[in-house]
Amino acid sequence: MVSKPHGGRLVDRVARGRRRELLLDEAKELPRLEVGFDRAVDLEDIAHGVYSPLEGFMVQEDYLHVLYDMRLSTDHPWTIPIVLDADPEELGDVREGDDLALTHRGRVLAVMRVEEIYGWDKREYARMVYKTTDPKHPGVAKIYGMKELLVGGPIDLVDELPNPLERYTLWPAETRVLFRERGWRRIVGFQTRNVPHLGHEYVQKAALTFVDGLFINPLVGWKKPGDYRDEVILAAYEALVKHYYPRNVVVLAALRMNMRYAGPREAIHHAIVRKNFGCTHFIVGRDHAGVGDYYGPYEAWEIFQEFPDLGITPLFIREAFYCRKCGGMVNEKVCPHGDEHRVRISGTKLREMLRRGEKPPKTMMRPEVAEAVMSFDNPFVEA
Amino acid sequence: MDERKGKYTTVSIPVTLYNRIKKLIEGTGFTSVSQYVTYVLREIVAAHEEARYEEPFTQEDKERILERLRRLGYL
Repeated sequence: MVSKPHGGRLVDRVARGRRRELLLDEAKELPRLEVGFDRAVDLEDIAHGVYSPLEGFMVQEDYLHVLYDMRLSTDHPWTIPIVLDADPEELGDVREGDDLALTHRGRVLAVMRVEEIYGWDKREYARMVYKTTDPKHPGVAKIYGMKELLVGGPIDLVDELPNPLERYTLWPAETRVLFRERGWRRIVGFQTRNVPHLGHEYVQKAALTFVDGLFINPLVGWKKPGDYRDEVILAAYEALVKHYYPRNVVVLAALRMNMRYAGPREAIHHAIVRKNFGCTHFIVGRDHAGVGDYYGPYEAWEIFQEFPDLGITPLFIREAFYCRKCGGMVNEKVCPHGDEHRVRISGTKLREMLRRGEKPPKTMMRPEVAEAVMSFDNPFVEA
Repeated sequence: MDERKGKYTTVSIPVTLYNRIKKLIEGTGFTSVSQYVTYVLREIVAAHEEARYEEPFTQEDKERILERLRRLGYL
Protein backbone atom coordinates (compact mmCIF):
# COMPACT_ATOMS: atom_id res chain seq x y z
CA MET A 1 0.00 0.00 0.00
CA VAL A 2 1.31 3.44 -0.97
CA SER A 3 2.40 5.21 2.22
CA LYS A 4 -0.01 7.47 4.06
CA PRO A 5 1.08 11.14 3.97
CA HIS A 6 2.88 12.33 7.06
CA GLY A 7 0.43 13.56 9.68
CA GLY A 8 -2.44 11.83 7.90
CA ARG A 9 -3.30 14.38 5.22
CA LEU A 10 -1.71 15.41 1.95
CA VAL A 11 -1.55 19.18 1.98
CA ASP A 12 -2.64 21.10 -1.10
CA ARG A 13 -2.20 24.85 -0.76
CA VAL A 14 -2.06 25.60 -4.47
CA ALA A 15 -4.73 28.15 -5.33
CA ARG A 16 -6.45 27.33 -8.61
CA GLY A 17 -9.12 28.83 -10.85
CA ARG A 18 -11.38 31.49 -9.36
CA ARG A 19 -9.78 31.29 -5.93
CA ARG A 20 -6.38 32.03 -7.44
CA GLU A 21 -7.77 35.03 -9.30
CA LEU A 22 -9.30 36.39 -6.10
CA LEU A 23 -6.07 35.97 -4.18
CA LEU A 24 -4.03 37.62 -6.92
CA ASP A 25 -6.46 40.52 -6.86
CA GLU A 26 -6.29 40.75 -3.07
CA ALA A 27 -2.49 40.62 -3.21
CA LYS A 28 -2.39 43.94 -5.09
CA GLU A 29 -3.56 45.69 -1.93
CA LEU A 30 -1.45 43.72 0.54
CA PRO A 31 1.87 44.59 2.14
CA ARG A 32 4.67 42.68 0.41
CA LEU A 33 7.58 40.69 1.64
CA GLU A 34 10.26 39.80 -0.89
CA VAL A 35 11.69 36.31 -0.35
CA GLY A 36 14.88 34.78 -1.72
CA PHE A 37 15.11 31.66 -3.88
CA ASP A 38 15.40 29.25 -0.92
CA ARG A 39 12.20 30.47 0.71
CA ALA A 40 10.42 30.52 -2.66
CA VAL A 41 11.36 26.84 -3.05
CA ASP A 42 10.02 26.15 0.46
CA LEU A 43 6.77 27.85 -0.55
CA GLU A 44 6.33 25.52 -3.51
CA ASP A 45 7.21 22.47 -1.46
CA ILE A 46 4.72 23.39 1.27
CA ALA A 47 1.95 24.15 -1.20
CA HIS A 48 2.38 20.89 -3.12
CA GLY A 49 2.36 18.73 -0.01
CA VAL A 50 6.05 17.80 -0.03
CA TYR A 51 6.15 19.02 3.59
CA SER A 52 2.75 17.63 4.65
CA PRO A 53 1.33 18.20 7.23
CA LEU A 54 2.79 21.73 7.17
CA GLU A 55 0.38 24.26 5.68
CA GLY A 56 2.76 27.16 5.95
CA PHE A 57 5.85 28.43 7.72
CA MET A 58 6.14 27.34 11.33
CA VAL A 59 4.74 29.28 14.25
CA GLN A 60 6.80 29.39 17.41
CA GLU A 61 5.21 26.43 19.15
CA ASP A 62 6.05 24.13 16.25
CA TYR A 63 9.45 25.72 15.82
CA LEU A 64 10.41 25.05 19.44
CA HIS A 65 9.01 21.53 19.42
CA VAL A 66 11.00 20.73 16.30
CA LEU A 67 14.13 22.29 17.68
CA TYR A 68 14.09 20.48 21.02
CA ASP A 69 11.87 17.42 20.61
CA MET A 70 12.24 16.71 16.87
CA ARG A 71 8.45 16.65 16.65
CA LEU A 72 5.66 19.00 15.63
CA SER A 73 3.22 20.21 18.25
CA THR A 74 0.91 17.43 16.97
CA ASP A 75 3.59 14.93 18.09
CA HIS A 76 4.41 13.87 14.53
CA PRO A 77 8.14 13.46 13.86
CA TRP A 78 9.75 16.52 12.24
CA THR A 79 13.40 17.44 12.45
CA ILE A 80 14.09 20.56 10.37
CA PRO A 81 12.32 23.86 11.15
CA ILE A 82 10.69 25.31 8.05
CA VAL A 83 10.73 29.02 8.74
CA LEU A 84 10.34 32.34 7.00
CA ASP A 85 12.69 35.11 8.12
CA ALA A 86 12.20 38.86 7.85
CA ASP A 87 13.65 42.08 9.20
CA PRO A 88 11.41 44.35 11.34
CA GLU A 89 11.70 47.20 8.81
CA GLU A 90 10.58 44.90 5.97
CA LEU A 91 7.47 43.95 7.94
CA GLY A 92 6.62 47.56 8.76
CA ASP A 93 3.08 47.66 10.14
CA VAL A 94 2.29 44.02 9.46
CA ARG A 95 0.66 42.48 12.52
CA GLU A 96 -0.48 39.02 13.48
CA GLY A 97 -3.77 38.28 11.72
CA ASP A 98 -2.83 40.31 8.62
CA ASP A 99 -2.40 38.90 5.13
CA LEU A 100 0.94 39.32 3.42
CA ALA A 101 1.92 38.92 -0.23
CA LEU A 102 5.14 36.95 -0.59
CA THR A 103 7.06 37.96 -3.69
CA HIS A 104 10.15 36.67 -5.44
CA ARG A 105 11.90 39.05 -7.83
CA GLY A 106 8.86 41.28 -7.55
CA ARG A 107 6.35 38.63 -8.61
CA VAL A 108 3.67 37.52 -6.15
CA LEU A 109 4.13 33.82 -5.41
CA ALA A 110 1.90 33.37 -2.40
CA VAL A 111 -0.43 34.97 0.08
CA MET A 112 0.28 34.28 3.73
CA ARG A 113 -1.96 34.70 6.74
CA VAL A 114 0.41 35.96 9.43
CA GLU A 115 -0.31 33.99 12.58
CA GLU A 116 2.77 34.92 14.52
CA ILE A 117 5.87 37.07 14.36
CA TYR A 118 8.59 36.00 16.78
CA GLY A 119 12.25 36.27 17.54
CA TRP A 120 14.71 33.40 17.35
CA ASP A 121 18.17 32.48 18.53
CA LYS A 122 20.20 31.48 15.49
CA ARG A 123 23.02 30.06 17.53
CA GLU A 124 20.61 27.83 19.41
CA TYR A 125 19.07 26.75 16.11
CA ALA A 126 22.52 25.83 14.83
CA ARG A 127 23.42 23.96 18.01
CA MET A 128 20.25 21.90 17.99
CA VAL A 129 19.78 21.24 14.27
CA TYR A 130 23.38 21.11 13.07
CA LYS A 131 25.03 20.02 16.33
CA THR A 132 27.60 22.75 15.74
CA THR A 133 27.73 26.52 15.86
CA ASP A 134 30.71 26.60 13.50
CA PRO A 135 30.07 29.23 10.81
CA LYS A 136 32.17 27.15 8.39
CA HIS A 137 29.38 24.59 8.25
CA PRO A 138 27.40 25.57 5.11
CA GLY A 139 24.02 25.07 6.79
CA VAL A 140 25.04 27.06 9.85
CA ALA A 141 26.42 29.83 7.64
CA LYS A 142 23.04 30.11 5.91
CA ILE A 143 21.23 30.32 9.24
CA TYR A 144 23.58 33.05 10.50
CA GLY A 145 22.86 34.98 7.31
CA MET A 146 19.10 34.93 7.89
CA LYS A 147 17.07 37.84 9.23
CA GLU A 148 16.10 38.72 12.80
CA LEU A 149 12.45 37.68 12.98
CA LEU A 150 10.44 34.65 11.94
CA VAL A 151 6.96 34.88 10.48
CA GLY A 152 4.64 31.90 10.88
CA GLY A 153 1.34 31.11 9.23
CA PRO A 154 -0.40 29.23 6.41
CA ILE A 155 0.22 30.11 2.78
CA ASP A 156 -1.63 29.85 -0.51
CA LEU A 157 0.50 29.52 -3.61
CA VAL A 158 -0.71 31.65 -6.50
CA ASP A 159 2.23 31.32 -8.85
CA GLU A 160 5.18 29.00 -9.42
CA LEU A 161 8.85 29.68 -9.93
CA PRO A 162 10.10 29.19 -13.50
CA ASN A 163 11.00 25.53 -13.80
CA PRO A 164 13.47 24.50 -16.50
CA LEU A 165 12.92 20.86 -15.46
CA GLU A 166 9.13 20.94 -15.66
CA ARG A 167 8.95 17.70 -17.62
CA TYR A 168 10.81 15.86 -14.86
CA THR A 169 8.86 17.40 -12.00
CA LEU A 170 6.26 15.34 -10.17
CA TRP A 171 4.54 16.36 -6.95
CA PRO A 172 3.34 13.99 -4.21
CA ALA A 173 -0.28 13.87 -5.41
CA GLU A 174 1.02 12.79 -8.83
CA THR A 175 3.43 10.12 -7.67
CA ARG A 176 0.77 8.68 -5.38
CA VAL A 177 -1.56 8.26 -8.34
CA LEU A 178 1.28 6.97 -10.52
CA PHE A 179 2.40 4.32 -8.04
CA ARG A 180 -1.16 3.06 -7.73
CA GLU A 181 -1.63 2.99 -11.49
CA ARG A 182 1.46 0.85 -11.75
CA GLY A 183 0.15 -1.47 -9.08
CA TRP A 184 3.07 -0.83 -6.75
CA ARG A 185 2.45 -1.49 -3.07
CA ARG A 186 5.97 -1.13 -1.77
CA ILE A 187 8.10 1.68 -3.12
CA VAL A 188 11.64 2.58 -2.14
CA GLY A 189 12.81 6.18 -2.42
CA PHE A 190 16.34 7.11 -3.39
CA GLN A 191 17.65 10.61 -2.95
CA THR A 192 20.63 11.86 -4.90
CA ARG A 193 22.55 14.93 -6.01
CA ASN A 194 25.01 13.07 -8.24
CA VAL A 195 25.25 11.13 -11.46
CA PRO A 196 24.98 7.40 -10.78
CA HIS A 197 28.01 5.16 -10.49
CA LEU A 198 28.02 1.41 -9.96
CA GLY A 199 27.82 1.81 -6.19
CA HIS A 200 24.54 3.73 -6.45
CA GLU A 201 23.13 1.16 -8.84
CA TYR A 202 24.08 -1.67 -6.49
CA VAL A 203 22.35 -0.03 -3.54
CA GLN A 204 19.22 0.72 -5.58
CA LYS A 205 19.01 -2.78 -6.97
CA ALA A 206 19.62 -4.37 -3.57
CA ALA A 207 16.61 -2.41 -2.28
CA LEU A 208 14.53 -3.03 -5.38
CA THR A 209 14.86 -6.77 -4.88
CA PHE A 210 12.46 -6.51 -1.94
CA VAL A 211 9.95 -3.96 -3.20
CA ASP A 212 7.80 -3.29 -6.27
CA GLY A 213 9.23 -0.01 -7.48
CA LEU A 214 12.13 2.39 -7.17
CA PHE A 215 11.55 6.14 -6.97
CA ILE A 216 14.75 7.98 -7.96
CA ASN A 217 14.30 11.53 -6.78
CA PRO A 218 17.31 13.81 -7.46
CA LEU A 219 17.39 17.12 -5.63
CA VAL A 220 17.71 19.95 -8.11
CA GLY A 221 17.86 23.71 -7.92
CA TRP A 222 20.57 25.29 -5.85
CA LYS A 223 24.07 24.02 -6.69
CA LYS A 224 27.60 24.91 -5.77
CA PRO A 225 30.41 25.31 -8.32
CA GLY A 226 31.81 21.94 -9.35
CA ASP A 227 28.52 20.06 -8.81
CA TYR A 228 26.96 18.20 -11.73
CA ARG A 229 24.38 20.31 -13.52
CA ASP A 230 20.79 19.20 -12.96
CA GLU A 231 20.16 18.23 -16.57
CA VAL A 232 23.34 16.12 -16.55
CA ILE A 233 22.16 14.16 -13.52
CA LEU A 234 18.81 13.50 -15.15
CA ALA A 235 20.34 12.51 -18.48
CA ALA A 236 22.75 10.15 -16.70
CA TYR A 237 19.90 8.52 -14.80
CA GLU A 238 17.81 8.20 -17.94
CA ALA A 239 20.70 6.31 -19.55
CA LEU A 240 21.07 4.04 -16.54
CA VAL A 241 17.35 3.29 -16.32
CA LYS A 242 17.06 2.68 -20.07
CA HIS A 243 19.96 0.23 -20.27
CA TYR A 244 20.11 -1.46 -16.87
CA TYR A 245 16.64 -1.62 -15.31
CA PRO A 246 13.62 -3.67 -16.35
CA ARG A 247 10.74 -1.68 -17.80
CA ASN A 248 8.31 -0.09 -15.37
CA VAL A 249 10.17 -0.63 -12.13
CA VAL A 250 11.62 2.88 -11.87
CA VAL A 251 10.12 6.35 -11.65
CA LEU A 252 12.63 9.16 -12.14
CA ALA A 253 11.47 12.61 -11.07
CA ALA A 254 13.30 15.69 -9.88
CA LEU A 255 12.56 17.57 -6.69
CA ARG A 256 13.47 21.19 -6.11
CA MET A 257 14.12 21.29 -2.39
CA ASN A 258 16.64 23.07 -0.21
CA MET A 259 19.61 21.05 0.95
CA ARG A 260 20.54 21.85 4.54
CA TYR A 261 23.50 19.54 5.21
CA ALA A 262 22.06 18.74 8.63
CA GLY A 263 23.25 15.11 8.56
CA PRO A 264 21.13 12.85 10.80
CA ARG A 265 18.27 15.30 11.24
CA GLU A 266 18.12 15.82 7.51
CA ALA A 267 18.06 12.07 6.88
CA ILE A 268 14.78 11.95 8.83
CA HIS A 269 13.53 14.97 6.91
CA HIS A 270 14.34 13.34 3.57
CA ALA A 271 12.53 10.17 4.64
CA ILE A 272 9.40 12.13 5.65
CA VAL A 273 9.42 13.95 2.32
CA ARG A 274 9.59 10.64 0.39
CA LYS A 275 6.81 9.24 2.57
CA ASN A 276 4.68 12.12 1.33
CA PHE A 277 5.50 11.07 -2.23
CA GLY A 278 4.07 7.66 -1.35
CA CYS A 279 7.25 5.71 -0.62
CA THR A 280 7.08 2.94 1.95
CA HIS A 281 10.87 2.57 2.19
CA PHE A 282 13.78 4.97 1.97
CA ILE A 283 17.46 4.29 1.32
CA VAL A 284 19.60 6.08 3.86
CA GLY A 285 23.18 6.54 2.84
CA ARG A 286 26.20 6.35 5.07
CA ASP A 287 26.79 9.94 6.24
CA HIS A 288 23.52 10.92 4.57
CA ALA A 289 23.23 14.71 4.08
CA GLY A 290 26.48 15.16 5.96
CA VAL A 291 29.25 17.59 5.23
CA GLY A 292 32.90 17.63 6.32
CA ASP A 293 33.37 15.65 9.54
CA TYR A 294 30.56 17.23 11.55
CA TYR A 295 28.66 13.94 11.87
CA GLY A 296 29.71 10.38 12.55
CA PRO A 297 29.47 8.06 9.51
CA TYR A 298 26.52 6.13 10.96
CA GLU A 299 24.72 8.88 12.87
CA ALA A 300 22.21 9.20 10.04
CA TRP A 301 21.31 5.54 10.58
CA GLU A 302 21.21 5.62 14.37
CA ILE A 303 18.76 8.54 14.60
CA PHE A 304 16.01 6.41 13.05
CA GLN A 305 15.84 4.40 16.29
CA GLU A 306 14.24 7.42 17.93
CA PHE A 307 11.22 7.39 15.61
CA PRO A 308 9.09 4.27 15.91
CA ASP A 309 6.20 6.20 14.34
CA LEU A 310 7.93 7.59 11.26
CA GLY A 311 5.70 5.61 8.90
CA ILE A 312 8.42 4.85 6.38
CA THR A 313 10.98 2.08 6.68
CA PRO A 314 14.61 3.12 6.38
CA LEU A 315 16.92 0.80 4.48
CA PHE A 316 20.52 0.92 5.57
CA ILE A 317 22.57 -0.57 2.77
CA ARG A 318 26.30 -0.70 3.10
CA GLU A 319 28.57 1.11 0.72
CA ALA A 320 29.41 -0.98 -2.34
CA PHE A 321 32.71 -1.53 -4.13
CA TYR A 322 33.90 -3.63 -7.04
CA CYS A 323 35.78 -6.79 -6.07
CA ARG A 324 37.98 -8.27 -8.80
CA LYS A 325 37.97 -11.64 -7.09
CA CYS A 326 34.18 -11.75 -6.65
CA GLY A 327 33.84 -10.33 -10.14
CA GLY A 328 31.17 -7.79 -9.31
CA MET A 329 29.79 -5.17 -6.98
CA VAL A 330 29.72 -6.29 -3.35
CA ASN A 331 29.92 -4.82 0.14
CA GLU A 332 31.84 -5.50 3.35
CA LYS A 333 29.21 -7.92 4.57
CA VAL A 334 29.32 -10.26 1.59
CA CYS A 335 32.91 -10.05 0.35
CA PRO A 336 35.72 -11.88 2.17
CA HIS A 337 38.55 -10.52 0.02
CA GLY A 338 41.21 -8.02 0.95
CA ASP A 339 41.63 -4.43 -0.09
CA GLU A 340 44.06 -5.41 -2.86
CA HIS A 341 41.12 -6.89 -4.80
CA ARG A 342 38.72 -4.03 -4.21
CA VAL A 343 38.06 -1.02 -6.39
CA ARG A 344 36.52 1.72 -4.27
CA ILE A 345 34.44 4.23 -6.15
CA SER A 346 35.27 7.78 -5.30
CA GLY A 347 32.86 10.46 -6.46
CA THR A 348 35.67 13.00 -6.47
CA LYS A 349 37.88 10.77 -8.61
CA LEU A 350 35.05 10.16 -11.06
CA ARG A 351 34.39 13.87 -11.31
CA GLU A 352 38.07 14.53 -12.06
CA MET A 353 38.13 11.86 -14.78
CA LEU A 354 34.99 13.20 -16.43
CA ARG A 355 36.29 16.74 -16.20
CA ARG A 356 39.40 15.63 -18.12
CA GLY A 357 37.15 14.01 -20.74
CA GLU A 358 38.35 10.57 -19.66
CA LYS A 359 35.84 7.73 -19.66
CA PRO A 360 35.76 6.02 -16.23
CA PRO A 361 36.40 2.24 -16.16
CA LYS A 362 33.43 -0.13 -16.28
CA THR A 363 34.16 -1.13 -12.69
CA MET A 364 33.11 2.37 -11.65
CA MET A 365 30.53 3.67 -14.09
CA ARG A 366 28.35 2.22 -16.83
CA PRO A 367 29.66 3.30 -20.25
CA GLU A 368 26.22 4.57 -21.29
CA VAL A 369 26.06 6.74 -18.18
CA ALA A 370 29.55 8.11 -18.79
CA GLU A 371 28.63 8.85 -22.42
CA ALA A 372 25.50 10.68 -21.32
CA VAL A 373 27.55 12.84 -18.96
CA MET A 374 30.28 13.45 -21.55
CA SER A 375 27.73 14.45 -24.20
CA PHE A 376 27.43 17.79 -22.40
CA ASP A 377 30.00 20.49 -23.24
CA ASN A 378 30.37 21.25 -19.57
CA PRO A 379 28.63 18.86 -17.20
CA PHE A 380 29.59 20.92 -14.14
CA VAL A 381 28.32 24.10 -12.55
CA GLU A 382 30.74 26.93 -13.27
CA ALA A 383 32.20 29.04 -10.48
CA MET B 1 16.26 15.68 23.56
CA ASP B 2 16.25 16.81 27.16
CA GLU B 3 17.34 20.39 26.60
CA ARG B 4 13.89 21.84 27.19
CA LYS B 5 11.12 20.62 29.44
CA GLY B 6 8.33 19.32 27.24
CA LYS B 7 4.70 19.31 28.27
CA TYR B 8 3.80 16.05 29.96
CA THR B 9 0.70 14.57 31.50
CA THR B 10 0.08 11.52 33.67
CA VAL B 11 -1.50 8.29 32.48
CA SER B 12 -2.13 5.48 34.95
CA ILE B 13 -0.99 1.95 34.33
CA PRO B 14 -1.18 -0.99 36.72
CA VAL B 15 1.76 -1.21 39.12
CA THR B 16 2.35 -4.79 37.99
CA LEU B 17 2.79 -3.63 34.41
CA TYR B 18 5.01 -0.79 35.55
CA ASN B 19 7.27 -3.24 37.37
CA ARG B 20 7.30 -5.62 34.42
CA ILE B 21 8.41 -2.83 32.07
CA LYS B 22 10.97 -1.59 34.58
CA LYS B 23 12.55 -5.03 34.56
CA LEU B 24 12.29 -5.33 30.78
CA ILE B 25 14.17 -2.11 30.07
CA GLU B 26 17.12 -2.85 32.34
CA GLY B 27 20.30 -2.66 30.31
CA THR B 28 18.54 -1.27 27.22
CA GLY B 29 18.76 2.25 25.86
CA PHE B 30 15.52 3.20 27.63
CA THR B 31 16.19 5.25 30.74
CA SER B 32 12.69 5.22 32.23
CA VAL B 33 9.36 3.42 32.05
CA SER B 34 7.77 6.62 30.72
CA GLN B 35 10.27 6.77 27.88
CA TYR B 36 9.52 3.17 26.96
CA VAL B 37 5.75 3.60 27.15
CA THR B 38 5.95 6.74 24.99
CA TYR B 39 8.02 4.87 22.40
CA VAL B 40 5.67 1.90 22.23
CA LEU B 41 2.52 4.05 22.17
CA ARG B 42 3.83 6.16 19.31
CA GLU B 43 4.49 3.02 17.31
CA ILE B 44 0.99 1.68 17.94
CA VAL B 45 -0.81 4.99 17.42
CA ALA B 46 0.97 5.50 14.08
CA ALA B 47 -0.10 2.02 12.94
CA HIS B 48 -3.73 2.74 13.87
CA GLU B 49 -3.67 6.08 12.05
CA GLU B 50 -2.22 4.39 8.98
CA ALA B 51 -5.14 1.98 8.79
CA ARG B 52 -7.68 4.83 8.63
CA TYR B 53 -6.23 6.80 5.72
CA GLU B 54 -7.92 7.35 2.36
CA GLU B 55 -6.57 9.56 -0.45
CA PRO B 56 -8.45 12.85 -0.65
CA PHE B 57 -8.50 13.05 -4.47
CA THR B 58 -11.72 13.68 -6.29
CA GLN B 59 -12.23 11.82 -9.57
CA GLU B 60 -11.62 15.13 -11.33
CA ASP B 61 -8.25 15.58 -9.55
CA LYS B 62 -7.30 12.07 -10.50
CA GLU B 63 -8.17 12.58 -14.17
CA ARG B 64 -6.15 15.80 -14.24
CA ILE B 65 -3.16 14.00 -12.73
CA LEU B 66 -3.47 11.00 -15.05
CA GLU B 67 -3.58 13.29 -18.06
CA ARG B 68 -0.35 15.02 -16.99
CA LEU B 69 1.37 11.70 -16.24
CA ARG B 70 0.46 10.45 -19.72
CA ARG B 71 1.65 13.66 -21.33
CA LEU B 72 5.02 13.39 -19.57
CA GLY B 73 5.38 9.75 -20.57
CA TYR B 74 5.11 8.25 -17.09
CA LEU B 75 2.08 6.20 -18.13
